[in-house]
Amino acid sequence: MKTEEMILNMGPQHPSTHGVLRLELVLDGEVVHDVKPHIGYLHRCMEKHCEAMTYPQVVPYTDRMDYLAAMYNNFGYVGAVEKLMDIKVPDRVEYIRVIIGELQRIASHLVALGTFGLDLGAFTPFLYLFRDREKILDLFEETCGARLLYNYMWVGGLSHDIHPDFIRKTKEFIDYFRPTIVELNNLLTYNKIFIERTANIGVCPAKEAVNLGLTGPNLRGSGVKFDLRKDDTYSIYNKFDFDIPVGEGGVGSVGDCWDRYFVRVQEVEQSLRIIEQAIDQIPDGNVKSEVPRRVKPPVGSIYHRVEAPKGELGYFIVSDGSLNPARVKVRAPSFVSLSAIGEMAKGYLVADVVAILGSLDIVLGEIDR
Amino acid sequence: MQNYLTEIFGNELVAEITVYVLNTIPVLAFIVLFVLFAVWLERKVSAHMQDRLGPMRVGWHGVLQTVADFLKLVQKEDIVADANDKALFNIAPFLVFVATLATYTMLPFTSIFVGSNADVGIFLVLALSGAVVAGILMAGWASNNKYSLYGSLRAAAQIVSYEIPTALVVLTMIMVYGTMNLGDVTEAQTSYFWNWGIFGGAGLGLGKFLLVPFMFVAFIILFISTLAESNRTPFDLPESESELVAGFNTEYSGIKFSMFFLAEFANMFLIGSILVIFFFGGYNSPFGYFGNLIGVDWLIPIEQLFWFIGKGMFFVFISMWLRWTLPRVRVDQLMTICWKYLIPYAFFNLLIVGLILLI
Repeated sequence: MKTEEMILNMGPQHPSTHGVLRLELVLDGEVVHDVKPHIGYLHRCMEKHCEAMTYPQVVPYTDRMDYLAAMYNNFGYVGAVEKLMDIKVPDRVEYIRVIIGELQRIASHLVALGTFGLDLGAFTPFLYLFRDREKILDLFEETCGARLLYNYMWVGGLSHDIHPDFIRKTKEFIDYFRPTIVELNNLLTYNKIFIERTANIGVCPAKEAVNLGLTGPNLRGSGVKFDLRKDDTYSIYNKFDFDIPVGEGGVGSVGDCWDRYFVRVQEVEQSLRIIEQAIDQIPDGNVKSEVPRRVKPPVGSIYHRVEAPKGELGYFIVSDGSLNPARVKVRAPSFVSLSAIGEMAKGYLVADVVAILGSLDIVLGEIDR
Repeated sequence: MQNYLTEIFGNELVAEITVYVLNTIPVLAFIVLFVLFAVWLERKVSAHMQDRLGPMRVGWHGVLQTVADFLKLVQKEDIVADANDKALFNIAPFLVFVATLATYTMLPFTSIFVGSNADVGIFLVLALSGAVVAGILMAGWASNNKYSLYGSLRAAAQIVSYEIPTALVVLTMIMVYGTMNLGDVTEAQTSYFWNWGIFGGAGLGLGKFLLVPFMFVAFIILFISTLAESNRTPFDLPESESELVAGFNTEYSGIKFSMFFLAEFANMFLIGSILVIFFFGGYNSPFGYFGNLIGVDWLIPIEQLFWFIGKGMFFVFISMWLRWTLPRVRVDQLMTICWKYLIPYAFFNLLIVGLILLI
């Protein structure tokens, strides 16, 4: 019988492409022969926009890249500018940034875990995790007034000091949240069907993961112990004691979807540890260091990278000595993660493409910028 | 009633047809009412499982929400794309619904009402639920949409595969009860609950106790395979929204979409009632009738209706519970469950039950 391959356009409007992504699937029945991601549906010329903005004005733009981890985007950008200008921010600012950053990491991972479950048909864990994420957003709202796009970290400091209740409420959140991780594990992580769907699917061995340029939980899921918070430490992460979870092939082989998923679950626990250590040590002080109103870095360029929830988030900034950056280039982790899907999804079924895409945890705002 | 109608019409054939049509009306009414209720229940069950409230605005705790939704669906434009195969596209949803409706007429709701008291009742139920496949394939092909095609082919493969374990278990049950008439099956389990199929049926002696574990296995197999046949989670591959958007009904809107919807929810109760008829005594009360106690005869059918719907709803609730707890299996795993596990077990079960019945 004569058969031919079928091309199926998944997206740009599709429930599980996590935004406006179009995947061109070349299919033989249900078997995937090739996946080509087509991006650009959310392109907003952000990097070009930055060239017309002053340095502090760029911060809100970084919010809108990885909109699920806006705080961490701020963190990376202000870190780069401060490094370029050689500013030392007060200790209080560093502590608050780390706590807020880790809370943001938890919030981002909760979305990742929830939508991954959703991609596999488990609806309920998604809502449980969003319920918990809501509590983090409430903390952020109290701190800076916004729930999604914060513009909170400024060059040389923060837009506001933390709310007086922040420390108490964060501790309450930790106490509340720890048991819900156990709940998630019982409901989803060790569910037989869930394991069947994710174990040995989209396997990415360590060598291939490095070659593909994967970073963050996706790289660690493949068993590579690499975390910028420890390996190229920034801010005050070297003061805290935390582990770097890596994929161990708990239910299948190292680097499968389940490993990538489970690394995120464990990272959430590690983030809680960091917050617990930091929350009691916040020193008193000012949240704004002596930065001139007109931020004018010296001529030069800088590449600063941070461990964002989705991987290595790098900012390359070229300064020509004026008020506006001459060039801002972002190394977005999701962009690199998405490029790996072609390699990872070959030979699996349509349903697995959805699982693999979910396990890579991409955000289109960051890919298209 | 048929004699009475024959007198009016003066023609037996016309009278017979009229009787059948009239018998369908209560069934149709039941399906519509049940679906209105079940959709609301599904939303409420899922909401409360997920720390939400669900519909709260239309009526008390949103009971009229489904009515409002249905009105909205009816008003919607009936979209038929140029590339669709018009004839098939238009027939498909009604074929699916009519097949489901026809299966309902076999169900003995009470001892005095059965839509069609056919002697091959369960056989017809199986045949007609298989006919749904034709409608789904028509829908998928006529939609001229790749997602619909995938959805419908998956549905066809799934329903046809799971017919086999279902049929094997049903065969076992026919051996146990010695009849295919669902009303007679129910009557065989009459009076108290230890006469129910799951407790080994109405027989006495050693055979009854030997049957119990195998009846339980049969119950589990039938539950899983009928769940798969009605495309419910964890077997909802034909309309797995995260992969195929909406499966075979992607292109449908308005009243035609609601026909698919109606059939899907009606199928949920159908599963429940088949399980109830074979294993849980059908419309029989577990501990005698209140009507017998106080000597009011007309109360008995009402009680029977209550028990039948109540037991059926219990299984509807379980399938909702499963839906909001479990992820979805993959296509190949679905087939593995059917061919590697359910069918051999069902065969084995059939053999053992046959031997027990011989001794």
